[in-house]
Amino acid sequence: MSASEASPRLPEKSPGAPGAAGAVRFEVKHLNFFYGKSQALKDINLSLADKQITAFIGPSGCGKSTLLRVFNRMYALYPGHRAEGSVLLDGEDILAPTVDVASLRFRVGMVFQKPTPFPMSIFDNVAFGLRLSRRITRSELTDRVEEALKDAAMWDEVKDKLHEDGRGLSGGQQQRLCVARTLALRPEVILFDEPTAALDPISTLRVEETLQSLGERYCIAIVTHNLQQAARLSDITAFMYLGDLIEMGPTEQMFTAPKNRRTDDYVTGRFG
Amino acid sequence: MNRRAIRRAINVLALCLSGVATAIGLFFLGAILWTLLKNGLAGMSLKLFTEMTPPPGSAGGLLNAIYGSVVMTLIGILIGGPIGMLAGTYLAEYGRTARISTVIRFVNDVLLSAPSIIIGLFVYELLVVRMGHFSAIAGAVALAIIAMPVTVRTTEDMLNLVPQGMKDASTAMGAYTWRTVTSVIYPAARSGIVTGLLLAVARISGETAPLLFTALNNQFWSSDLGAPMANLPVVIFQFALSPYPNWQQLAWSGALLITVSILILSIAARLAVSSFTQGRR
Repeated sequence: MSASEASPRLPEKSPGAPGAAGAVRFEVKHLNFFYGKSQALKDINLSLADKQITAFIGPSGCGKSTLLRVFNRMYALYPGHRAEGSVLLDGEDILAPTVDVASLRFRVGMVFQKPTPFPMSIFDNVAFGLRLSRRITRSELTDRVEEALKDAAMWDEVKDKLHEDGRGLSGGQQQRLCVARTLALRPEVILFDEPTAALDPISTLRVEETLQSLGERYCIAIVTHNLQQAARLSDITAFMYLGDLIEMGPTEQMFTAPKNRRTDDYVTGRFG
Repeated sequence: MNRRAIRRAINVLALCLSGVATAIGLFFLGAILWTLLKNGLAGMSLKLFTEMTPPPGSAGGLLNAIYGSVVMTLIGILIGGPIGMLAGTYLAEYGRTARISTVIRFVNDVLLSAPSIIIGLFVYELLVVRMGHFSAIAGAVALAIIAMPVTVRTTEDMLNLVPQGMKDASTAMGAYTWRTVTSVIYPAARSGIVTGLLLAVARISGETAPLLFTALNNQFWSSDLGAPMANLPVVIFQFALSPYPNWQQLAWSGALLITVSILILSIAARLAVSSFTQGRR
């Protein structure tokens, strides 16, 4: 990578600035989650707002990734996993059995820890979801792919090699390709599950920049083990421990003056 | 002798024994190939590929047998391959944790190691007896039944090698399982699946017993799938046991032909696998 890619600084952000957030997108009420007999989430109540990045932090096994997988019902892939309570997306309960999970996942995108480009060209990777949903003209498809790659801040890097295999990109580019792939569907909510845990520091920086710019337009939830990342990126931080939501509030307050002692212990590095 | 010297001596002994064992195995493999080459090459000529199997004492080739082997192997893999692939796909993607999958895997393993003569007898009962005569299509069905469990196993193994994260990512994009399978998983596992099919072809192209009970043999050119059809393994079996020198020579050449084509298929499969693992990095 060139030196110019390493130099940009993340813009300073005032976490939880008033007026920044939009309408509530997700509203979670009394959510309990079970893996077979063991309970992974206990009576979770929270909401996610538009144009806001909410970070979920906590030690391994605290349930943050599980919670993320409830938002797009990825947990439904596995038998014995079950959620109780209600999770409202724009007022509609997505846990209802009548909900079509495919169309839910068009509205709620997800980016995983490991970059997973599909075995096809860069263009086809981004077009993948668009081709699933409905009939789309060739020119509209081209426009949407370009738009998504621009939003993921990688258009200039790949515009001359759209028809090369997506697996040939570097790790950080692959991850931003996955972001672009998700953006192409114009989702309402984007979930990030430790999106930079498998990346080197420079790639991490680029992905964070992308995330930050998306935070101004989307409702974003991110799970991270990296406390600095949560502090840098998010407007709201939620601390989870052993399946409980311990505390949730503006990021600045969570990191400087948390109300709960366990939050304080965790963010200051005394455990976890 | 101290303990250290004893341990070193045991190590040297083990090394020698395994070296000898390897040498014995390789010796017989080399001896077989050498005999095959020496006797088979003597009969190699263009006639082999242009003339029919001859009556005793006159000159001829193996054209009808080569044609029959190719046709029956092709039909066999065309029937057994897709069924095996779909069954393997079910085991790897749809029914991964279902109880029925455990049963299917077990039965498939039994079928995989079942003596091929039993498959031959089964198809004899199923098709030959009902049709009233031996036929090429019965031979192809027998080969398909042998190719199937091989393909089921390799397909399942190869699909399981595709990272779960890639499958999850496709699902998270709103794709249903079948779309994920056809658009993401099959392309990702393509060379692995092709390898499995090639191995299945290699396996059935040398099968003799099932063809003995189904396609039998034919002295003449025949492209009728409903009639008995010549094929290399059965011709080798028949000619090698005969007292006629020209038949015995053709049997050697036929054996060399099968060995070389299986060798080429195996190398192709090997190359495909290495490009597969490189592609996945």
